[in-house]
Amino acid sequence: MTLIPEIGHFALWLALGVALALGTVPMAGAATGRRDWMSIARPGAYTLFVLVVVAFVCLVASFVRHDFSVLYVASNSNTALPLAYRIAGVWGGHEGSLLLWVQMLCLWTVAVAAFSRHLPQVVVARILAVMGLVSVGFLLFMLLTSNPFDRLFPAPPDGRDLNPLLQDPGMVIHPPMLYMGYVGFSVAFAFAIAALLGGNLDSTWARWTRPWTTVAWMFLTIGIALGSSWAYYELGWGGWWFWDPVENASLMPWLLGTALIHSLAVTEKRNSFKSWTVLLAILAFSFSLLGTFLVRSGVLSSVHAFATDPRRGLFILAFLTVVVGASFALYAWRAPTVGLGKRFALWSKESALLGNNVLLLVAALAILLGTLYPLLLDALGLGKISVGPPYFDAVFMPLMAPTVFLMGVGPLARWKETDLPSLALRLRWAAAVAVLASLGVGALAGEVRLVSTLGLLMAFWVVGSVATDLWERVHPAGGSWADAPAKARQIPRALAGMMLAHLGIAAFCFGVVMVKTYEVERDVKMAVGDTTTVRGYTFTFGGVKELQGPNYVAMQGQMQVAREGGSVLEMRPEKRIYRVQQNPMTEAAIDAGVTRDLYVSLGEQVEGGAWIVRVYVKPFIDWIWGGCLLMALGGWLAVTDRRYRRKTGTAA
Amino acid sequence: MKYLKFLLPMGIFLVLVLFLGAGLKLDPKEVPSPLIGKPAPAFALARLDAPEQKIARDDLLGQVWMLNVWASWCVACRQEHPLLVEFSKAKTLPIYGLNYKDQRAAGLKWLADFGNPYTASLSDLDGRVGIDFGVYGVPETFIIDREGVVRFKHIGPVTPEVIRTQIEPLVRKLNG
Amino acid sequence: MAKHPTSLLLAGILSVLLACVMGAAWANDAAPAADNPALEARMLTIASELRCLVCQNQTIADSHAELAVDLRRQVREMLQAGKTDQEITDYMTARYGDFVLYRPPFKAITALLWLGPAAMVVIGLGSLFIVLRRRSRMAADQFEPEEPSAAPDHPSS
Repeated sequence: MTLIPEIGHFALWLALGVALALGTVPMAGAATGRRDWMSIARPGAYTLFVLVVVAFVCLVASFVRHDFSVLYVASNSNTALPLAYRIAGVWGGHEGSLLLWVQMLCLWTVAVAAFSRHLPQVVVARILAVMGLVSVGFLLFMLLTSNPFDRLFPAPPDGRDLNPLLQDPGMVIHPPMLYMGYVGFSVAFAFAIAALLGGNLDSTWARWTRPWTTVAWMFLTIGIALGSSWAYYELGWGGWWFWDPVENASLMPWLLGTALIHSLAVTEKRNSFKSWTVLLAILAFSFSLLGTFLVRSGVLSSVHAFATDPRRGLFILAFLTVVVGASFALYAWRAPTVGLGKRFALWSKESALLGNNVLLLVAALAILLGTLYPLLLDALGLGKISVGPPYFDAVFMPLMAPTVFLMGVGPLARWKETDLPSLALRLRWAAAVAVLASLGVGALAGEVRLVSTLGLLMAFWVVGSVATDLWERVHPAGGSWADAPAKARQIPRALAGMMLAHLGIAAFCFGVVMVKTYEVERDVKMAVGDTTTVRGYTFTFGGVKELQGPNYVAMQGQMQVAREGGSVLEMRPEKRIYRVQQNPMTEAAIDAGVTRDLYVSLGEQVEGGAWIVRVYVKPFIDWIWGGCLLMALGGWLAVTDRRYRRKTGTAA
Repeated sequence: MKYLKFLLPMGIFLVLVLFLGAGLKLDPKEVPSPLIGKPAPAFALARLDAPEQKIARDDLLGQVWMLNVWASWCVACRQEHPLLVEFSKAKTLPIYGLNYKDQRAAGLKWLADFGNPYTASLSDLDGRVGIDFGVYGVPETFIIDREGVVRFKHIGPVTPEVIRTQIEPLVRKLNG
Repeated sequence: MAKHPTSLLLAGILSVLLACVMGAAWANDAAPAADNPALEARMLTIASELRCLVCQNQTIADSHAELAVDLRRQVREMLQAGKTDQEITDYMTARYGDFVLYRPPFKAITALLWLGPAAMVVIGLGSLFIVLRRRSRMAADQFEPEEPSAAPDHPSS
């Protein structure tokens, strides 16, 4: 019997105490001007971080050491579970994933503490205090209702094993990335609250907040993309997005985060729409908290939902109400006094960016409406309905069309005032190329359809716009080609990042349209030696053989794939039975490629020894996640812009 | 007046919180039956104990009766079964069983082992009658009135409370 | 053997040809898993909009649960009997209610759901337009003054 879980538990209690101090003392110090109280903010943040790390390490150690006397370990692990998944199992269930949440929050808090030397002490004190208060909520939640260190007596000889669906590399990385993302919006939130409290909302505030928001957004983009690609290769049915409530819970903050990044650009550049930007900053994190509630309270049915308990749901709801309610109250009090900033015309880059904001906000609200509508009707006694992919697809796609259109227009518009006719003139090539390219791709792929052409139009429009923007910068009217490389190097990283991120969206749209329109599926019965040909690929079935995994038994199909033109590859789809939980799992075999994925999944055995096999050719599906990666890279590029590396004192 | 628009986010949020709070008391997966108030679906199934005899829906008109969906493979059915056996002794109303997606031998043995509260059990081997009744989780219990209209559905094992507070009063009302 | 090279060559060619023929006869083009692939495809399209009631948010097209298998069979049989998509949807809702449909039907109680997003776009963009136009007509002293700055070297930097 070791004391490691007790140490971890104790560390959490200490952390709660430190978080309480961090949340109150510096805040009071900022209000009264007491420097000694404000100065505990940074040390408080570091101490909190260390304590939570201790607790986290204790939980990891309990998993690694197979300590089944800890209830959470016994429920999520097993002696046969490989090491990597024992570590990932730490965040496989409700209690442990909460600890991961708090860990991420403390990581961000410490980052703010470390990288805020250029900020006035009052501001830092308030920001860290707000983050400390959020930590208080989550630590209290854990300690009172979801303690990962609860003991189990007598300790069982073996655990119930981690859900086989989670025993996968995607599981190791997806939750941490996701949490880094939507927990990261707490920084923008804290900056906003600090600014409202201090009454100093200005372009400096926007400049400080922007890189933090972009980094959080970057992680969230990667987290969502990982979740989607994981579902694709793990779940065996080839889908990659189901509009499940938990998926929506991550997409809504992403949409608001995207709006926030753009709104911060307006506020930073023109000091305009400050109260709107502040509201978005509060909203983005509020949606993160709302998502936490939806996933863990049991009010919605979802494949991803953690084990639910209305008591836990009540706690999160109370916490959510206090945090968000207080923020909105503060907003209502302080926002009316904020000035209008610099002037801009009805048609300008500012208004394009704000149009983008409105559309993104509406998209997030539309998803919220669809996700909560069944609950709304049920609570009103009006019956039970379901709202699923048919609704969300019907609503979301049309909303994205004008958003992506604006994405092509905005970067080329001028600040303060832009002349519409000349803007249209500058974009004429982009429009022409978009139309031709979308029709051309359709023709090459075999058929031209209305919806797919519109989707491709969006993608190529963005590419055309980025190309036009680049062209104008590198080869302006009257300039020469000799200057081009120098001009290219002059493009600020923030703008290069924007271009890359926008190209990422174009790639994403392209991938979605191509795979949805031109995907081919073939369901066949295959005996040994049978073949089937899809899109020039010939699949030959070589039968099934049994193999033993570390904690499962599998029937592995042997499939040879030949391409006309020569190359041959092996694909091995599996049907696994995990020994402990005895549930069957389908592991599809995927051959990923730039222009297509080959996807083979093994069905049931039928009489005569043949097997049902599903074969897909999915064109350009990897562009979906490739596009997300480009978006994230664009964000990273933007954050490394020189202006964020300047110290205080130089011109803003 | 200008301040009103700044209070909008707070206002919308509070309404949302009210609904979320109400949602905590609801079960998102419970499916209410659209059959309540409608005639019971027609069926004609073989008796479990005497397969050469059939019982049809219309044979049961003119009486208030209970349909209990059960199966030998259903774990939760074991939970409610002693209660049903007890309840059947009071002869409040005839209970007919719907042996859902089960094998005859297994079903008969189950009844022999754990008691038989049913006036008769019907074999729904392929589950089609179950689908017609909107069955999705065994056990489920229906009460059908004299005219053959479905008046009540309970999903999950029947509890003493359900019998006392819902079933018995309803049967009294439908009978008297 | 040098003595009868022609006959050996012929025997060799014949064997190879025979092997090819036999090989081709053994390698079958796999039959579709369903008896009627076109019908099956229609069934899956319908099934992909129906909720599996015993699952945690999955369609009956994707689920392996017994009820899902039974309902897929039911849809298949109804299609074979010539029923329309609407008749199949009505069949399901008569038994399980609207809850079984992932595409919520358009009714009075779902009007807000279906019309909400479009209404929000109109209200959102409309409000933005009104506010921006009003601001563009306000006097310059309501705003922050422009800082004197170097002329930008790019129209939209």
